[in-house]
Amino acid sequence: MMNAALAEPSPIVPILEMRAISKSFPGVKALNDVNISLYPGTVTALIGENGAGKSTLVKILTGIYESDEGEIHIDGKAVAFGNAQDAINHGVTAIHQETVLFDELSVAENIFIGHAPKTSLGLVNWKGVNARALALLHSLESNIDPRARLKDLSIAQRHLVAIARALSVDARIVIMDEPTAALSRKEVDDLFQIVRRLKAQGKAILFISHKFDEVYEIADNYAVFRDGKAVGSGALADINQNDIVRLMVGRSIEHAFPKVDIPLGKTVLKVENYSHPTEFRDISFELRKGEILGIYGLVGAGRSEICQSLFGVTRPSHGRLELDGKEIQIRSPGEAVHAGIVYVPEERGRHGAVLQLPIYQNISLPSLGKTSRSGFLRAAEELALARKYAERFDLRAAALSVPVGTLSGGNQQKVVIGKWLATQPKILILDEPTKGIDIGSKAAVHAFISELAGEGLSIIMVSSELPEILGMSDRVLVMREGLSAGLFERAYMNAEILVRAATGNA
Amino acid sequence: MIKKLFRFREMLLVIIIAVLLGVFSSRSSGFASPSNLSNIFNDTSILIILALGQMTVILTKSIDLSVAANVAFTGMAVAMLNAAHPDLPLALIVVIALGIGAILGAINGLFVWKLGIPSIVVTLGTLTIYRGMAFVLSGGGWVNAHQMTEPFLQTPRHVFLGLPVLGWTAIIIVAVIYIVMSRTFLGRAIYASGGNPTAAVYAGIDVGRTRFFAFVISGTLAGLCGYLWVSRYAVAYVDIAAGFELDSVAACVIGGISTLGGIGSVAGALLGSLFLGVIKNALPVINISPFSQMAISGGVIIAAVIFNARQEQRRGRIILRDRGASEKIEGIA
Repeated sequence: MMNAALAEPSPIVPILEMRAISKSFPGVKALNDVNISLYPGTVTALIGENGAGKSTLVKILTGIYESDEGEIHIDGKAVAFGNAQDAINHGVTAIHQETVLFDELSVAENIFIGHAPKTSLGLVNWKGVNARALALLHSLESNIDPRARLKDLSIAQRHLVAIARALSVDARIVIMDEPTAALSRKEVDDLFQIVRRLKAQGKAILFISHKFDEVYEIADNYAVFRDGKAVGSGALADINQNDIVRLMVGRSIEHAFPKVDIPLGKTVLKVENYSHPTEFRDISFELRKGEILGIYGLVGAGRSEICQSLFGVTRPSHGRLELDGKEIQIRSPGEAVHAGIVYVPEERGRHGAVLQLPIYQNISLPSLGKTSRSGFLRAAEELALARKYAERFDLRAAALSVPVGTLSGGNQQKVVIGKWLATQPKILILDEPTKGIDIGSKAAVHAFISELAGEGLSIIMVSSELPEILGMSDRVLVMREGLSAGLFERAYMNAEILVRAATGNA
Repeated sequence: MIKKLFRFREMLLVIIIAVLLGVFSSRSSGFASPSNLSNIFNDTSILIILALGQMTVILTKSIDLSVAANVAFTGMAVAMLNAAHPDLPLALIVVIALGIGAILGAINGLFVWKLGIPSIVVTLGTLTIYRGMAFVLSGGGWVNAHQMTEPFLQTPRHVFLGLPVLGWTAIIIVAVIYIVMSRTFLGRAIYASGGNPTAAVYAGIDVGRTRFFAFVISGTLAGLCGYLWVSRYAVAYVDIAAGFELDSVAACVIGGISTLGGIGSVAGALLGSLFLGVIKNALPVINISPFSQMAISGGVIIAAVIFNARQEQRRGRIILRDRGASEKIEGIA
């Protein structure tokens, strides 16, 4: 293991040092003798694949878990975090991927919950709360109204509130756990402005992200974790991306997009002037057999919304839909599945599987119309269907009758995709198919998408990741604020063109 | 794994019931005699039927607090019908009871489905309304045994193979609900709608409609129990089965049906009901006052909830232990 202190370029002393931290869970050693140092005015990127131990480290640092071994030093003094409040009292605060805030409370209440200014009678000093919230938000150059209710804010604004909350307790060490996962490029830029300001104020920042371009843009130092061990750390200026990837996966992998050029067939789906009362307007496109149509745009541009309406989750206000040359209407997901359109949602955990039900019942769930006769289920047919797709995906489970909840995340995902392919769809809509999964799995997903397209399936792929959109799509529909900002052919698109179209910077 | 836990849990209930029977029969000989066991089962039949209806509703992440009021209204209606038209055949009266119950259940279901009102609010409202309707219908009066016809009163008491028809009815309902839950599209939809409503919607299942049908099942069974209740106790008045909706929920909870929906089995509801039935029948035998009985029932319910919560936690940990778990599964395979 490299010594973090030696690799450090600047002579300044760390605010926080974690020394020889180990943490085990039954059956897994989540962290094994890990060292990491955070310096004032420095952004340290924590990089690692899923399961490398990043989240465990964050939980130890924020007092949610206690480490089995090792010490945490702040300003050179050993400290012990018995609970989350201890960590906050020592100036450690975390901003999570999904912000943990209260939807029904106001912005100011969210910022000061637990430590609101009090009046002399010991009651909450609301004037003080709102005034200090306003001052904090102003210091972040935001004009969010402190009295606004949190549920009315965008995801980016919520992040700002979370950051304001962190600053309200005089945090010196700020942990950002994949803060950009749900943000669009423009919002990421805004967030980075704030990070730079925090840096200028001398805060030590631990920045966790899957995205290398962001890491290089914002971070000064890096620390790479693999299988619960710190496998490398130092200044980012001294290492290139390939070397970091090598450290992460223990080998060097080329992430080439396995897009196979296949001749496109006839038009399968024709969408004309599709509109929704609030989310999108006048969207038109065609999808051909074997085509991968990318849909790119900022979060909130209406990408997922149009897919959900194609799948019958929401209804369009007007517009025409033609499937194989015939006009159709889709009023419910059941009708969509029947018509051969399936949608693999972004939140596979929440929208995807019924964890309590066995694997085979999950796979057959959208296909029950085919495997049942007059309302009665036919277990043999269900099992045969499930077996076919479990084999195809190399699903690892003791039996098809075990509940999906007992499977690993990767295998759960196989069940979810398997259940949709079991309906033998013509059109597969994938919403952020590789969000939050590690590089190795991403390549496998991309290869699989290509394979499906090669078999003649038409695919609509919503993604916020430019490399994925550029690498996988035959054509790209760019959306901006609910409107189409252009359709781009593979031969005539690059990152710059798409970003410009998506952000409206002509 | 979870299935194993369930089998384990159901076995546990069987063992506990058996131990209770053993203890009680040591205190009072004859308690575990076949005729007394048949009595206990017969006594518990109405609770079993109501608990099965409650189970279908709870599985969809809802609750039906109006079942006992449904029993009271339907019971009053069929008793008055029987008194006014003694010549109506019993089969028709039973069909009418099922029909009235189904309509009352459908009203609950429509509010939940079409207006999206939480079931606890809807059925808290209809609980009062249905009992109020029973009062309006009867004017607060009673229908007594002498006003009821012989077949109306005696048919459920008719002993067949050592068990009264009332008990056989419960057995038939258990079988029917078991087939519905395990072999039909509706049953699968009920589990999916409660287990993960969003995923169910995405799989093309109409969650609202599924909940509606769960309420119809619950209402229909409550309607049947309306007739069974007035026949068994040979009297109909506004307050019959008061508070009994809680017993049906308790039986489900004791039987391991998760109040969060999606988890539970017919066997669980049956065993949960039998457990309560054994306790209720046994405590007077060993001279424990009815008030202590209520306290004991309450204690058991809380114990069952704690047990459930611990099981769910354990399951959560299995999911977290991602890598380890999948390796283990591979090893088994």
